[in-house]
Amino acid sequence: MNVAVAIDQISEDALPSASEAGPAPKRIVVTYGFWIFLLSDIVMFAALFASYAVLVRSTAGGPTGAQLFNQGTVAIETACLLVSSYTCGLMSLAVNSRRRLATYLGALITFALGATFLSLELREFSNMIAIGATPQRSAFLSAFFTLVGCHGLHVALGLIWLAVMMVQVAVFGFATRVQHRLLCFSLFWHALDIVWVGVFTVVYLMGVSP
Amino acid sequence: MTEARHERAPGDRPSREMDASAPSEFLVYTIGLFVAVLLTATSFWAANTSLIWPGGVALGLAVLAIAQMGIHLVFFLHITSGPESTNNVLALAFGVLIVFVVVAGTMWIVADMNGNMMMPSGAPMSMRMQH
Amino acid sequence: MNLLGKLDWDAIPLHQPIIMGATAFMVLVVVAVLGFITAKGAWLYLWREWLTSVDHKRIGAMYCILALVMMLRGFSDAIMIRAQQALAAGGAEGYLPPEHFNQIFSAHGTIMILFMAMPFVVGLMNFAVPLQLGVRDVAFPTLNSVSFWLTASGALLINISLAVGEFSKAGWWGYPPLSELQYSPGVGVDYYLWSLQISGIGTLLAGINFVTTILKMRAPGMSYMRMPVFCWTALAANLLIVAAFPVLTATLAMLSLDRYLGFHFFTLEGQGNQMLYSNLFWVWGHPEVYILILPAFGVFSEVMATFSGKPLFGYRSMVAATMTICILSFLVWLHHFFTMGASANVNGFFGVMSMIIALPTGAKVFNWLFTMYGGRVRFSVPVLWSIGFMVTFVIGGMTGVLMAVPPADFQLHNSVFLVAHFHNVAIGGVVFGVMAGYNYWFPKAFGFKLDERWGKASFWCWFVGFYVAFMPLYLLGLMGMTRRMQHYDNLSWQPWLIVAAFGTAIILVGVVCQVVQLVVSTRNREKLRDVTGDPWNGRTLEWATASPPPAWNFAYQPKVAGLDAFWNSKSRAQATKDEPMPTRKYEPVEMPKNSATGFVTAFFAVVIGFALIWHIWWLAGVGVFGAFMTLLAFSFRRYSEIEVPAEEIARFERAHQAGVAA
Repeated sequence: MNVAVAIDQISEDALPSASEAGPAPKRIVVTYGFWIFLLSDIVMFAALFASYAVLVRSTAGGPTGAQLFNQGTVAIETACLLVSSYTCGLMSLAVNSRRRLATYLGALITFALGATFLSLELREFSNMIAIGATPQRSAFLSAFFTLVGCHGLHVALGLIWLAVMMVQVAVFGFATRVQHRLLCFSLFWHALDIVWVGVFTVVYLMGVSP
Repeated sequence: MTEARHERAPGDRPSREMDASAPSEFLVYTIGLFVAVLLTATSFWAANTSLIWPGGVALGLAVLAIAQMGIHLVFFLHITSGPESTNNVLALAFGVLIVFVVVAGTMWIVADMNGNMMMPSGAPMSMRMQH
Repeated sequence: MNLLGKLDWDAIPLHQPIIMGATAFMVLVVVAVLGFITAKGAWLYLWREWLTSVDHKRIGAMYCILALVMMLRGFSDAIMIRAQQALAAGGAEGYLPPEHFNQIFSAHGTIMILFMAMPFVVGLMNFAVPLQLGVRDVAFPTLNSVSFWLTASGALLINISLAVGEFSKAGWWGYPPLSELQYSPGVGVDYYLWSLQISGIGTLLAGINFVTTILKMRAPGMSYMRMPVFCWTALAANLLIVAAFPVLTATLAMLSLDRYLGFHFFTLEGQGNQMLYSNLFWVWGHPEVYILILPAFGVFSEVMATFSGKPLFGYRSMVAATMTICILSFLVWLHHFFTMGASANVNGFFGVMSMIIALPTGAKVFNWLFTMYGGRVRFSVPVLWSIGFMVTFVIGGMTGVLMAVPPADFQLHNSVFLVAHFHNVAIGGVVFGVMAGYNYWFPKAFGFKLDERWGKASFWCWFVGFYVAFMPLYLLGLMGMTRRMQHYDNLSWQPWLIVAAFGTAIILVGVVCQVVQLVVSTRNREKLRDVTGDPWNGRTLEWATASPPPAWNFAYQPKVAGLDAFWNSKSRAQATKDEPMPTRKYEPVEMPKNSATGFVTAFFAVVIGFALIWHIWWLAGVGVFGAFMTLLAFSFRRYSEIEVPAEEIARFERAHQAGVAA
């Protein structure tokens, strides 16, 4: 008797559904893993949002959101991110059909819009700090700088990632692993836009409305 | 083992061979952008208008934000209700549940505590410790 | 500008004989181990086969070794706490000054939960889950190595705090405002923050890895309802890791911002809110409890079914109970701070939710009992731990339900009754669980069984020692003794505390028995050798391959047609044993290549952590740059896999089959 030999003696037609199809291909495994990572990242943002919501009125006599926020800037920032999400989507179409030039172009526009967003945000921060609205001023400002800054940090990391990926496209071409990473990048970039929808609604719009 | 038996990778569109009637991918992204711009503009308008009852503004903004997140998920991240993305949707639902529990739970608990301790909302606990 | 930040010679507590003695002992052990490796000329082997390994079985074993070592460290803290409390009554001051005592109980809690229980549980999952799923490795093998080494980095930092500087005196949860800079100006809280932060990120990555592995990489035919229960509990635990650890990351980051940059999240000034910290900490902290206990439940399920020779009773209800607990564990966190001042509505809601969790847990206990009922139970060491668990955990669970009632909790909060309760579930649940798993899977991991006699001796010492050590604490709690007392005046407590210290001594004997068990078994390994790969007459796929399994786990992809896949194939093989065995052709296997990425990244993580603790900003910059370059280099690697030739697999299989036949 040989027990170990028998464990694959099962006919193929007994395998109907997706949950019984065996280990998934690499593309699915990699992006699903990244999908789970994104969920964990969103939960981290949830903790920051919760802290902001709790501390939003703890201004300790300092400036409030209505006094500090400039909706014009926020509108431009929002437009930058939204359009960059769109160009990022077009870039992934170019990747899927392996058009190198279109990929570079999509990445370039995405990068430029992301960098514009980031510089606007940094300018907003430095203006606030210049008038004494520093994160050390009150619990509200601590929570504001942490929440918005954490999103900004993610955008900055995304820009570095995008630059590295373009080098990898140049070096490796559209190798499968480069394609997987670009797909993960587009998931990341779209997720950041979703977080930003939460930020501009909760922080900037609810913050200035009466 | 063909790939068709597996569920789809998150962010991947259904392939054209499987569903010839699917709209072109470029069109999907463009529709998504269009709707998202519309919703964003409405949000900014709602926050500044005096046409809406002020108490309803926050609720309206929240609804618009959730709608826009849904638009992003469907048109940019290609979330569908089909059986080939069950796992992706389930993971997303779990995440949404946790986000809701963390945010709503925290706000409820702290607001209740502030109320129960008879302090103006957001006042520091140190005030309580002084007496 | 000071190049070494806050670090100078005063950081080493030369004037404290106890700390210096412990440090000297630790250094001696490390030097002895390093010397032994050098004497054996094993450095190259160690580097190639272990430190850079991405094999889930090796990583799992390293997790368990880390956990066992840290258990010795955390347990010495426990002995010191018990000894101090047995002595320091009335006029006596004991032998530990308050600031040292506070560091010890903080370190004990932090180490036991995050660097003993967590690595042990993650290690068992690492080892067993891919084997049970019938696959060759986890979804992301190199990431797995990064996870492990980040956990080890956190453990290293916490041990460095013994010799350089100090550890936190603010308890294992580090509540502000005590943990804020104003009240804890030393580096202790910083050690706490960075060791938790670094190991927490490692655990988060491990969680992502396992969720993906379980959901996307199962043997053909293994639908969800055919997964072994341990895989289900691992899935639930890792979902909780993915959902809860980001909250810990955010919370610790906020406290760090308070301490490093003068933010006002939890401070008394600037309208910070201290309760927000407690709230967020337990949003992570309560699921963490279930991250630890659910895999232990999984181990008991496997052990009970295997050693009763029966399928697990109520598989479906077990799965349902596991997933119910997974969701419910996110709805009870306020019961850790009922007394904080919320109204009856809030306390009532969380009290009821906490009590509801007892229902699925109770269902599980009945399932285990019915699994044993009518079975031919072999009382081997893993079974002893499991039965010990059932008795002990039920008591712990009932005191838990008691404390879930808010009015009762107002009396018992912060008393040693609570300490007794959570040790009752943590030792009786998690520790007994990982010990059962350790004895159960050891032969699979190393190819020989652990000695039964020493194992049984160890179990009985732990079991009896636990009751002697912790039952008095229930009484003391009811008598009004609060936790964490370095000294007390109520002399009527002292006899009970002496009994508790005696109980700790019995547990110490149990720990010694465990060490002896390991040494004796290693010496007698030829006699205890497991040549069949199936020493316990197992039911799940990990027993279908050789012990220890080859790097590729299975010579060919197993296929699954039902629950208890290996048991079924054994029955089938029995029915067809007279037929000639089919000759098979082996195919080459692609295996992930070893990588130093995990080790090097973790090295830089230690550099970053140490530099930030001591405010050595340039060194932190160097660490960040190094870690980034390491990951960049990894991403530009051209070949990530090597091919194991078919002949090598065939040769291994022939040797294994010869062993089985003999």
